[in-house]
Amino acid sequence: MFKATVYVTIKENVLDPQGTAVQGALHTMGFDDVERVRIGKYMEIDLNTADRAEAESRLKAMCEKLLANTVVEDYRFELTEHVKEGV
Amino acid sequence: MRFGVLVFPGSNCDIDCYKAVEALGEPVDYVWHTADDLSAYDCIIVPGGFSYGDYLRCGAIARFTNVMGALVKAAEEGKYVLGICNGFQILTEAGLLPGALLRNNSLKFRCHPADLRVENASTPFTREYEAGEVIDIPIAHGEGNYYCDEATLAELKANNQIVFRYAGSNPNGSIDDIAGICNKAGNVLGMMPHPERAVSELLGSVDGKRMFTSILSAWREQNGAAAR
Repeated sequence: MFKATVYVTIKENVLDPQGTAVQGALHTMGFDDVERVRIGKYMEIDLNTADRAEAESRLKAMCEKLLANTVVEDYRFELTEHVKEGV
Repeated sequence: MRFGVLVFPGSNCDIDCYKAVEALGEPVDYVWHTADDLSAYDCIIVPGGFSYGDYLRCGAIARFTNVMGALVKAAEEGKYVLGICNGFQILTEAGLLPGALLRNNSLKFRCHPADLRVENASTPFTREYEAGEVIDIPIAHGEGNYYCDEATLAELKANNQIVFRYAGSNPNGSIDDIAGICNKAGNVLGMMPHPERAVSELLGSVDGKRMFTSILSAWREQNGAAAR
């Protein structure tokens, strides 16, 4: 079993209005040191495979096809192995 | 001429589209997203709404339904495909149109009449408008900020694929004030404004009506059915 954490972020050169709004709020609250806020998505996916290479290639396909829109978003993921309980 | 209006869980402009076609006097069906055959239809409308709750991204999940496989095939065959609002988002997700729709730069859901300039009046969807004409069509969206990279924008311009631009202030921050684009072949149109909500004086504008009559006259011309 692998647990994947997937991060999808808006590409650097694409405007992120949500991040800009949150940055503004932080400034209003006095956090003047905030230079930039970018908002993205975080997903957890459990994969039922023992093969790391396969898990990576499957995740890449998931990200490219559905989880990220590569026209405007970047993605990255981390894989951690974990033993199924009771096995 | 037979129209199909796709229906996804969360579509909410399907009835408006159906009524707009019905008013033309042409046959129209609702087509559920599980359907895998669109061969009966000459024009397929992908209506606005919030397919699959806009989870993940607008249109991202709808793009993988059965009916979208059939829609891609229909588009390749040259059938007319009109995506409005969420329908436009679904068409870009499906790769039938380039670019993507981002959140409005104002962060506001904008719902009001909008002035559009008809930039290309030679598509099957706009032939009854005049090039440069300004029309009044309502918008209602939170993520209508059309984005594409510079190379794609240059290509859209070179191929005359920009069909509508916002003529007044740009309500969402879209690149080059784009409100609607078509594919290279011209048979697939995506737009954020809602022509189906501008087909009766009661609705405040009739400027959307000519989009539907354009489609019909283009189809009749193509199929030699002018006498009908």
